[in-house]
Amino acid sequence: MFPTPIQKASPAARIGYQVLLPVALMIWLIPLIGVAVTSLRPASDLAAGNYFGIPSGLAFENYAAVFRDSPIGWYILNSFKVTVPTVIGAVALSCLTGFALAVYGFRANLWVFFAFVAGNFIPFQILMVPVRDMTLRAGMYDTTLGLVLFHIAFQTGFCTLFMRNFIKGLPFALIESARVEGVSEWRIFRYIVLPLMRPAIAALSVLVFTFVWNDYFWATVLVQGQHAMPVTAGLYSLNGQWVAAWHLVSAGSIVAALPPVLMFFLMQRHFIAGLTLGATKG
Amino acid sequence: MTKFKALAGLALSALLMGSAAFAGEIVINSDHSDPAPKKAMEELIADFQAKHPDITVKWNNFDHEGYKAAIRNFLTADPPDVAAWYAGNRMAPFVGAGLFEDVSDVWASNGLDEQLKSSAASMTIDGKKWGVPYTYYQWGIYYRADIFAEQGITPPKTWAELLAASEKLKAAGITPFAIGTKALWPTGGWFDYLNLRVNGYEFHMELTSGKVPYTDPRVKAVFEKWAELVSPGYFLENHAAIDWQDAIPQMVQGKAAMYLMGNFAVATMKDGGLTEDQIGFMQFPEITPGIPMAEDAPTDTFHIPSGAKNKEDAKVFLAYLASPEAQAKMNATLGQLPVNNQAAKPSDKFLDAGFTMLSNAYALAQFYDRDADAEMAKAGMEGFQEFMVKPDQIDRILERLEKVRAKVYK
Amino acid sequence: MSDTARSAGFWKRNQLKIAPWAFLAPGAIMFLLYVLIPIVQSVWISFHDWDGLGDKVWIGLGNYVELLDDDTFYVALKNNLIWLALYLLAIPMGLATALFLNQTVWGIRLYKSLFFFPFVISQVVVGLMFTWFYAPDFGLFSQLIKWLTGTEIAVLADERFVTLGIIVAGLWPQTAYCMILYLTGLNNLNPEQIEAARMDNARGWRLLWHVILPQLAPATFIAMVVTVIGALRSFDLVSIMTAGGPYGSSQVLSYFMYEQALSEYGYRMGYGAAIAVVLFLIMMVFITLFIVRMIAQERNR
Repeated sequence: MFPTPIQKASPAARIGYQVLLPVALMIWLIPLIGVAVTSLRPASDLAAGNYFGIPSGLAFENYAAVFRDSPIGWYILNSFKVTVPTVIGAVALSCLTGFALAVYGFRANLWVFFAFVAGNFIPFQILMVPVRDMTLRAGMYDTTLGLVLFHIAFQTGFCTLFMRNFIKGLPFALIESARVEGVSEWRIFRYIVLPLMRPAIAALSVLVFTFVWNDYFWATVLVQGQHAMPVTAGLYSLNGQWVAAWHLVSAGSIVAALPPVLMFFLMQRHFIAGLTLGATKG
Repeated sequence: MTKFKALAGLALSALLMGSAAFAGEIVINSDHSDPAPKKAMEELIADFQAKHPDITVKWNNFDHEGYKAAIRNFLTADPPDVAAWYAGNRMAPFVGAGLFEDVSDVWASNGLDEQLKSSAASMTIDGKKWGVPYTYYQWGIYYRADIFAEQGITPPKTWAELLAASEKLKAAGITPFAIGTKALWPTGGWFDYLNLRVNGYEFHMELTSGKVPYTDPRVKAVFEKWAELVSPGYFLENHAAIDWQDAIPQMVQGKAAMYLMGNFAVATMKDGGLTEDQIGFMQFPEITPGIPMAEDAPTDTFHIPSGAKNKEDAKVFLAYLASPEAQAKMNATLGQLPVNNQAAKPSDKFLDAGFTMLSNAYALAQFYDRDADAEMAKAGMEGFQEFMVKPDQIDRILERLEKVRAKVYK
Repeated sequence: MSDTARSAGFWKRNQLKIAPWAFLAPGAIMFLLYVLIPIVQSVWISFHDWDGLGDKVWIGLGNYVELLDDDTFYVALKNNLIWLALYLLAIPMGLATALFLNQTVWGIRLYKSLFFFPFVISQVVVGLMFTWFYAPDFGLFSQLIKWLTGTEIAVLADERFVTLGIIVAGLWPQTAYCMILYLTGLNNLNPEQIEAARMDNARGWRLLWHVILPQLAPATFIAMVVTVIGALRSFDLVSIMTAGGPYGSSQVLSYFMYEQALSEYGYRMGYGAAIAVVLFLIMMVFITLFIVRMIAQERNR
């Protein structure tokens, strides 16, 4: 194990390390701590100029105010309306495409694969004008559906890469023996491979949830009204409304960040597995 | 033969039913998403429907910022019967693209040329009227009356007096002018007023419509005057990092004494803790003697899209909107000024001062980012912001602005 | 042979050939429609002058010529290069953090999770947090600088520091991401190799450089790819923190494109598309390098 396990070092080093850990964490999370404290700071503190002394009280009502005086509740609902269908759609489609690319050796296989990979890395801006135009003409502008369809399509790139690599790691013998027994391809996929993909599906779902929830660019390009706006873009417009109301902006930011964070803490292992697939497999 | 008659009869009744569906209903699109404008619109629509029970109103209320992009889509794709927008150069692109309806008849038959006189120029293109204005608000210098009294300063009426007052304040450790330029547009207010006072309204209109190069010595003269405030540090430091509201606490805490702003800033000042007695309002002082005083008064308007289905009833709505009673009531809720000079005067001390000032104004400008073409406005305000941070770079900045102007107004 | 039997035979025989396309179809069609075709369309639009409302007017390379003469373009390009260079710091910083946390003391899992935290938050929230952090008068950072040096620096208002300030904000989540990559890599080290090297008296830096880092190469590769892509793509932070300001000095190509095509101040979709194409071409250089590397790896399997 590298670096040398701390248990083997001197007691001084061990204690030093144990002390350094929380200190380092505090420094690392300063922006977050600052914002969290500000979100609980009463408005009177800010008006009086008390920005980061001890707060004069714990203003939990800031959070109530955020929900009451702004459409953030709607924004969060919209975020769910966009994110959940996207996760389902993208993961489902990529199970199919990943299976196709991992199992079959047709000539165009590698090229199709690279198309998916390259498409995932391109800058959004190259898609912006045509996608917006297409969404407008299909009458889906300013709807959650428009966002969902785009995200499903775009995330398919990354998800295909992920699933294809994962399926490639499964024992091919399973499929071969099933074929020998005359099982149809669809049944092989549905009853043999798919159950084995559960950990990958879990990991991918968590990742896609986070990516899509946190998306800001497409929310601003494809949506305008409150009825469809997700929380990332909505937070930005609220910031405009509450400029100098830092306690509200902070509370709003914390609220907006919560779902992916909760998701992360609940499904850590999957999350990390998803991000690091390929980090060890070359 | 009978079959044909039957079909014709069917077609006719369908036609009648179709047009009946349009008559009596108007669709209004607007961006009154903030609380006070929303309430004002709700009241306006309710009163209108009470007065005209045969017309029903369907109101689509858009988010204020998103509306500016949305209007470009719905004017072509799915036009309402009435749409909210702005006057002057801001409506020019839509007029030019044939997307707004000529409403000169509404003005003529309701005596609006007299009643809405101060805004008439900003609503006219090619001699025709393209919408109806219903509200505007004043710009001017809001100042800490109590600090002025303490320092023995009387509200300046000339440039020299303003400089003297600023020097006095600075010596006392108070920054003369609060400002927050992160969103760029507060710099437009400064440029407008300096240009209006140094060179006059006609020159300002020519400059903003792209007819005068930015390298003209008259434009540079404006910046030289501006430098007399920037160089001695009479503006808040770090203004480029803060929005206009962030600068208000400075004024509340007494660290700054004056703010060139629109009247909407008063509410924020009061929220920050200032009382009405502590806030004073003064007209921007004279610079070049003899130049008649024009003011910035951004005007909100309603228009009829040329693709509207029910123009008849839309015009009835516009006529109602223009009436003194409707404008007085709406502006009471909005906290702004009615354009109709027959409307009842507001009771608020600032609005009252504004009403007098604007009614006597030589002419009304619409604010730099509405008078100038949008792309020019962005480059212009970026230039103003940079100037306020680096006044010695004025020549390079003006050259860059001129480059943009040549490109935009070709 | 009956009809059904014949058709059943056809399917059975050709299943293996048709199946991949059948599986690919739904995903591929979506991808084609929303990603691949729009790329071509954007290139097409970039040859026109179009405001999104009226007709497109063919102007050939006109947008590109104008771009070459546009000061903002060069500022954006310069900033993108700065992003590229400095954003890569996330990799050594991520490695350092991973090494720091790669111990099995009590609670280390919680620490790892909390260190990873910034990556999970939306960039919008990160941007708002850092804007607060840098704010003059009450931001923690400006207070720190004031305490250390006596003068205040408003990072986001100072053209010398604004891009640096935004990059630092971006490094926060990116370092967390690299950290996780390296932590996973460190978990999968070959213990025999390390023991052998230790027996040879290698330790500390030498051990790291000669034995550990080569084993972490896959993680480093992915970290580089994602970081480079992220640096060139960065939009959210610039949009939230400065909108390209002050007076355009923190402009980057991605935001410049958005501003030209869609903001309140301009609807020049053709010009915006040209900027997007330039950005796309720059990124294609890196994407191609990555794919070439992937091909080599695939062929080795």
